[in-house]
Amino acid sequence: MEQFRKLTGVAAPMDMINIDTDKIIPKLHLRTIKRTGLGKFLFEEMRYETDGSEKPDFILNKEPYRNAKIIIGGDNFGCGSSREHAPWALLDFGVRCVISTSFADIFYNNCFKNGILPIRVSKDELDALMADASDSENPELTIDLEEMLIRRPNGAAISFDLEEFRRACLLDGLDDIGITMTKNASIDTFEEKQKRDQPWLYTAAAE
Amino acid sequence: MSAPKTLFAKVWDAHEVDITEDGLSLIYADRHLLMEMQPQAFDGLRKAGLKVRQPEKTIGVMDHVVPTTDRSLPIDDPVSRMMVEQAFIDFKEFGVELLDLFDERQGIVHVIGPEQGITLPGVTLFCGDSHTATNGALGAFAMAVGTSEVEHLLATQTVPIARPKSMRVTVDGTLPAGCTAKDVILAIIGRIGTAGGTGYVIEYAGSAIRELSIEGRMTVTNMSVEAGARAGMIAPDEKTFEYIKGRPRAPSGKAWDAAVAYWRTLPSDPDAVFDKEVSLDASEIAPQVTWGTNPEEVAPIDGKVPDPRDAGDTDRRRMMERSLSYMGLQPGTSMRDIEIDRVFIGSCTNSRIEDLEAAAAVAKGRKVADRVSAMVVPGSGLVKREAERRGLDKIFIDAGFEWREPGCSMCIAMNGDFIQPGQRCASTSNRNFEGRQGRDGRTHLLSPAMAAAAAVTGRLTDIRELDLDH
Repeated sequence: MEQFRKLTGVAAPMDMINIDTDKIIPKLHLRTIKRTGLGKFLFEEMRYETDGSEKPDFILNKEPYRNAKIIIGGDNFGCGSSREHAPWALLDFGVRCVISTSFADIFYNNCFKNGILPIRVSKDELDALMADASDSENPELTIDLEEMLIRRPNGAAISFDLEEFRRACLLDGLDDIGITMTKNASIDTFEEKQKRDQPWLYTAAAE
Repeated sequence: MSAPKTLFAKVWDAHEVDITEDGLSLIYADRHLLMEMQPQAFDGLRKAGLKVRQPEKTIGVMDHVVPTTDRSLPIDDPVSRMMVEQAFIDFKEFGVELLDLFDERQGIVHVIGPEQGITLPGVTLFCGDSHTATNGALGAFAMAVGTSEVEHLLATQTVPIARPKSMRVTVDGTLPAGCTAKDVILAIIGRIGTAGGTGYVIEYAGSAIRELSIEGRMTVTNMSVEAGARAGMIAPDEKTFEYIKGRPRAPSGKAWDAAVAYWRTLPSDPDAVFDKEVSLDASEIAPQVTWGTNPEEVAPIDGKVPDPRDAGDTDRRRMMERSLSYMGLQPGTSMRDIEIDRVFIGSCTNSRIEDLEAAAAVAKGRKVADRVSAMVVPGSGLVKREAERRGLDKIFIDAGFEWREPGCSMCIAMNGDFIQPGQRCASTSNRNFEGRQGRDGRTHLLSPAMAAAAAVTGRLTDIRELDLDH
């Protein structure tokens, strides 16, 4: 997983609540055996006409937002599916950070697994960032994960919170499985005890 | 004496292998269910040189991309065919059992777990699909995970999760005639909203929940994610035990007795404290139908399409305007005046035998309206067989419904079953998002009986006004 330390890039304003995973990546594209290549389908139904031509009004079809690295979205961002295609599509497009007042749990979690930083801010802060991003002359933000700050174009900064474990994983690009495998002995012990206490869980599952 | 605990806390605490410094719990998975939808997880293992830690606690099924038409024919769609072929390769290579599309036990993953006795009270169960909460109807802690977590589970049989908060939704009273489990959960979502359960595990309680059959309870827990919750649970009781007994993978003999003794200890203690409490009066619930593009945009069938001008705030007003524009509806329209083109009876929410019975009771002796194309997709091969044994297939076919092979089908519309742009579908599934059943398609979520009623009248219909003994 790619490290996330400091990110400077164009922020695209998407002032809409409940941006669900079907909007982020229509489910037909969930049929893939790869994690990459989904960026061209990101927000497909909002972004393209049925004939494949671009909808000129959609934010990611406008300059400079074609190169957005950050999305500022409305409340309850990412509700819907558990599959990781939504973060994969964002990542493949080049988005490494999503800022909203709240996220659906599964989407929030999936972002961290893919080196994307979801940041929760207050409604007032979101409104300010939405306004920043809407200024197409200068919609750049800097996300500083080491300092836990969002630096705005006017020089002001907004601080944010994040659990230390998640922050450390992003900063170092750490892989969860490797961390858990250092705890194999605890898993072994758990299984031995459970097998004694609830033997039916071990005999029943095998036909 | 130890402090009183919730059902959720009992199951969670019994599966905590480790806690990290900042509070992430490493939770052990008693059961891990797979579909044909996570080849990336197997590929991750392959690249890292890892094996599946507990293949015997892991089982897969094909459901999302499989055609619901004749299974003896090759799959036309090259992408779906690729997913199916890759699943055969992955499951064989990693030694995991697969109920493939030729197996009679094949069906929707969340139907298969309970049906096969894989899902048991008190177990932790994970699956890379957001409707995993279905399994919580039996008193399991069943949670949806993402693809990276699937890979993590395959490699370690555990998953790191932050402990969710607990919410109890109590539904007391008697459901009026014509109202079902689907109406209960839609009413709950209408009340708390699609983000109302975010960060919580919901326990559904109260006399109206206890009165539901086990299949009805599954309909309720199934849509927990539509309320934002990652899991929903219902305390196991005698009905639960009766449902599980004798299923292929359920414990038997002495193991059964030991298991039941343990399961009886699981319900929330009387003084257990929940982080949030919500209650509904079942007697006030009417048959529900969604009018918008997320499940909280729901109204009673005898109500009207709401007016965005009545919305509490600007965000909500704009969302409603967008929903109504997408759905092609005018504020103030009677829900019963909405004409429909398609009917879909199926999905992990409503494709079990009782659902099909309820729909067949309406379809019997009637005809699908001329303007409507309707289909029934059983949740599994075993549901299909049982329905055929009871003659339900004949009722549906005589009425003009299509009778299909099991799978997710037009709930997620990635297997070739989908609605056309602008078409309006009365659907027993769980999501009415834009494009969910086909690009620019319009979905109204409702119960199986209400879907069948819509099929025969050609419009959204109040099941209470249809003479069932006609």
